[in-house]
Amino acid sequence: MDRSLRMKSASFRAFVLAALLAALTALTAKAETDCLSCHGDSGLQDASGKSVSVDAHTFSASLHGSLKCGDCHTAIKDYPHPDQITPVECKTCHADQAAGLAGSVHSVKAEHPCTSCHGDAHSIFPKDDSRSAVYPLNVPRTCGACHGSDAMARKHGLPNVYPMYIDSIHGFALSKEGLLVAANCQSCHGSHHILSHKDPQSPTYKTNIPHTCGSCHAGITDDYMGGVHGKAIAAGDLKAPVCTDCHTAHAILQPTAAAFRMQSTPICGSCHKDKLSTYRDTFHSQLGALGGYVETARCWDCHGAHDVLPASDPRSPIAPANLVATCGKCHTGANASFVQYQPHANARNRKLNPALYFVRLFMNLLLAGTLTFFVIHTLLWLIRSRYDQIKKKSAEGGENA
Amino acid sequence: MPDIEQAADGASEKSRAGERFFMRFTRAQRYLHAALFTSFLGLAATGLPLRFSESVWARGLAKGVGGFGAILFFHKFCAVVLTLAFLIHVKDLITRAFVHREKGIFWGSTSMVANWKDVKDLFGHLRWFVGLGPKPRFERYAYWEKFDYWAVFWGMVVIGFSGYAMWFAPFFAHFLPGWALNAVLVIHSEEGLLAILFIFSIHFVNTHLRPDSFPMDMVIFTGVESEEEFKHKRSLEYERLKAQGKLEERIAEAPGIWQINFSKVVGYTAIAIGLILLVLTLSAYFRPE
Repeated sequence: MDRSLRMKSASFRAFVLAALLAALTALTAKAETDCLSCHGDSGLQDASGKSVSVDAHTFSASLHGSLKCGDCHTAIKDYPHPDQITPVECKTCHADQAAGLAGSVHSVKAEHPCTSCHGDAHSIFPKDDSRSAVYPLNVPRTCGACHGSDAMARKHGLPNVYPMYIDSIHGFALSKEGLLVAANCQSCHGSHHILSHKDPQSPTYKTNIPHTCGSCHAGITDDYMGGVHGKAIAAGDLKAPVCTDCHTAHAILQPTAAAFRMQSTPICGSCHKDKLSTYRDTFHSQLGALGGYVETARCWDCHGAHDVLPASDPRSPIAPANLVATCGKCHTGANASFVQYQPHANARNRKLNPALYFVRLFMNLLLAGTLTFFVIHTLLWLIRSRYDQIKKKSAEGGENA
Repeated sequence: MPDIEQAADGASEKSRAGERFFMRFTRAQRYLHAALFTSFLGLAATGLPLRFSESVWARGLAKGVGGFGAILFFHKFCAVVLTLAFLIHVKDLITRAFVHREKGIFWGSTSMVANWKDVKDLFGHLRWFVGLGPKPRFERYAYWEKFDYWAVFWGMVVIGFSGYAMWFAPFFAHFLPGWALNAVLVIHSEEGLLAILFIFSIHFVNTHLRPDSFPMDMVIFTGVESEEEFKHKRSLEYERLKAQGKLEERIAEAPGIWQINFSKVVGYTAIAIGLILLVLTLSAYFRPE
């Protein structure tokens, strides 16, 4: 064959292929047109009143747009088809996701069909498309459809988390700033294989939480793992706090915000009860307990927040050598004598704080002694004066008034 | 502060229903008392919420005035006013004692310093309360008035010093040991509590609410009291002045109606605020833990 003939042959084969493809597309289009001739009617409903219409335009633009009706609706072979048809099985294609869901808290299929999160199968978009129900900025609203209802929360004994989340720092970053990297529900809980926080496999199980939060907050997690709380958790001590114990899980606040400063101390105090009680006796607490003056020292202003270390550790902000600098953050001019102040002094403990114990004892005796004497003195005086007054008035012939 | 006789001197003898009035407190003394009780009420109202910061009313009050930055500011402001009043009083005492060489400021019948008669009066008074003796007769200042004075004097020194030690803690740390910074809060709050409980219960009753003065002794506001009251409450002073022929020097004008009304408004307000604070204090103090 000469060169031109070979060229012709190639063109011919290309033409045949194109013609075949065109014929196939026309056939498919004919099949879809057959279905859509009924289901393209936007008012079409089944016997139970549920819409069974499909918008051809949306569907063809969707992730499933290249599929034919029969690919999913395998039970339907001819027209007319029966009223009752077997539901579509997504797992035929999405086997991994279906397996994940089957072992999750959402395993009851009747309550959690795929469409409950992904929306109608005819208008599914890729998860990085803003039209998708599982697009990061849409996830909280999607989950919130169930997890934002009090009735649902009561039924399953779960907190109504959507309002908490949406007002949190993550929720604000997501809903106000539109930050794709802001943590949404699935950043912490996963998507298909969601497990209860009681399940050791769950990313929200207590010992896994530092790792889960650390997938974004890597630096903080490193600090935390180096501190006493992180070490205790790593050693399997479930009493030690993880991220969510202090920051909460859903209603996470900006830690410098007044509201967080106001709520933080009782959180530490829920474990460190004796320290909370002695802190409450101090000016830091007295001033700080009242809203509006949030600058006074909270636990973590002195102890550090994530890398909490004992005073015996030279890296600790409360190590003796660091106290001048730590107190000096607020108290300009703090010196070695100033930092002898005990932020957890216990005036009721004679052994630990003898000087303070006796000062308090003296002041209490002074208070009790003075008041006791004068209350008796004044009461007797009142009675006697009134007695005299009445006697005098009676003597004058007046009324006993 | 002029001497009491000088202050009364020159006032024409006026009478209301034939009654004569006598000067007891000079204008400067009354102003000092006014500065004292207004700043004290302010200190109590702003200090109590700090002392009982966990109570509901403390938080409510804090919210009401714009948070604790505001309350602490008012507390410090009142503290400065009270300190100034205290310093003015001390300066006045020094001037009277060492410049004018006024007799009777540190000793004798017109002095605030306690003497043997006060001890006898205290026991005599207690005996009279229970009907075991005659009612003692009092001089210019009775023993409980002297106690009030010295309690306030000592209280201002103690509360003032401990307060300033907290306000300027890094400075005071230059010459106070570390544990003293812990102690000043205990001292400040306990002494403050004592002052509040004492003034709003004992002082109020002894001076204003007891049957002889009920509902309020106006003399600290008007500066004058009637002859009958003078004779009844401080018979020894009355007789001493009469014997010395100095009684006329103390005659003063009867208080004007506006003066009495103004005094009533201010005085009743102060007593009402004090009693409210007393109830709040007691409720917080005996709050079940």
